[in-house]
Amino acid sequence: MAGVNEPELLHAGLNLANHPSEKQAQVESDVFGFWVFLMSDAILFALLFVVYGTMLDATAGVPAPHTDFKFSSSFLETLALLSSSFAYGMVSLNLKLGASRRWIWGWLGVTFLLGAWFLRLEIGDFTDMVAHGETAQASGALSSFFVLVGTHGLHVTCGLIWIVIMAVQLAIHDIDERVKINLIRLGLFWHFLDVVWVAIFTIVYLRGLLA
Amino acid sequence: MNRLRPVLGDLLTYALGYALALALTFTAFALVYFRLAAPQTIFAIILVLGLAQIIVHMRCFLHLSLQRSARADLMLVLFSSLIIALMVGGTLVVLFNLRARMM
Repeated sequence: MAGVNEPELLHAGLNLANHPSEKQAQVESDVFGFWVFLMSDAILFALLFVVYGTMLDATAGVPAPHTDFKFSSSFLETLALLSSSFAYGMVSLNLKLGASRRWIWGWLGVTFLLGAWFLRLEIGDFTDMVAHGETAQASGALSSFFVLVGTHGLHVTCGLIWIVIMAVQLAIHDIDERVKINLIRLGLFWHFLDVVWVAIFTIVYLRGLLA
Repeated sequence: MNRLRPVLGDLLTYALGYALALALTFTAFALVYFRLAAPQTIFAIILVLGLAQIIVHMRCFLHLSLQRSARADLMLVLFSSLIIALMVGGTLVVLFNLRARMM
């Protein structure tokens, strides 16, 4: 395997400081750049949360979003996304270990399937709500709910597409440096989406189920 | 073999993060499912549990730490958190104050 005999850049996201070379510095700045993007995304989500919070009572005579929240599906969605985040951790570990592509494809596959299961459950929730007349245009509360949770779902969709792209890049380029950096970025993105979901299931779903 | 040792440590970090996140998730959902306290109290507790879980994710999955290599990332996240706190807090104060005056 190409990566095994290169001591440098085994896995930048995990052990950057162990080999203070120029290459490491380049990866550090690449990772930092991606963190800047993630934080701008975090600010976007934070403001969507605020809009949701201020719109809670704006139900316009339609049932509020939380009347259709289901305990089981929000719980399963949480488990699916958390497990997929852990599965991506195994991608990063195999990358660091210099494992063969087969292992990385395998764990990418697990990550993808869990992410797809999450999305399927979420789309099921949405179609149920729409079937009960709770559409995005029915009230301010529903609009802000669909924008907030839908934006997260859109991010997960992009992440799934990105996973497929990385699987193809692995096939074409093998585990070279650019592919490694891309996999590290995808990892940050995927773990970040789980952080956003923690806020969503706490503030949107659990709060709604309490009401 | 000497390559495996740090990897084992990283595996433990991921496993610990997964276990802690699962425990915090189960606790939060159980509190809501069994209604173990007054709604206001439960909401306050699950907010704290959610914050704890976000910190667990940041530490164990996103590898933010006080080490030199992650210091810049940590500073960026802390600064962004400050911005978010100001914007979220400010918006909530202004809008709820406005609503109270309109009622």
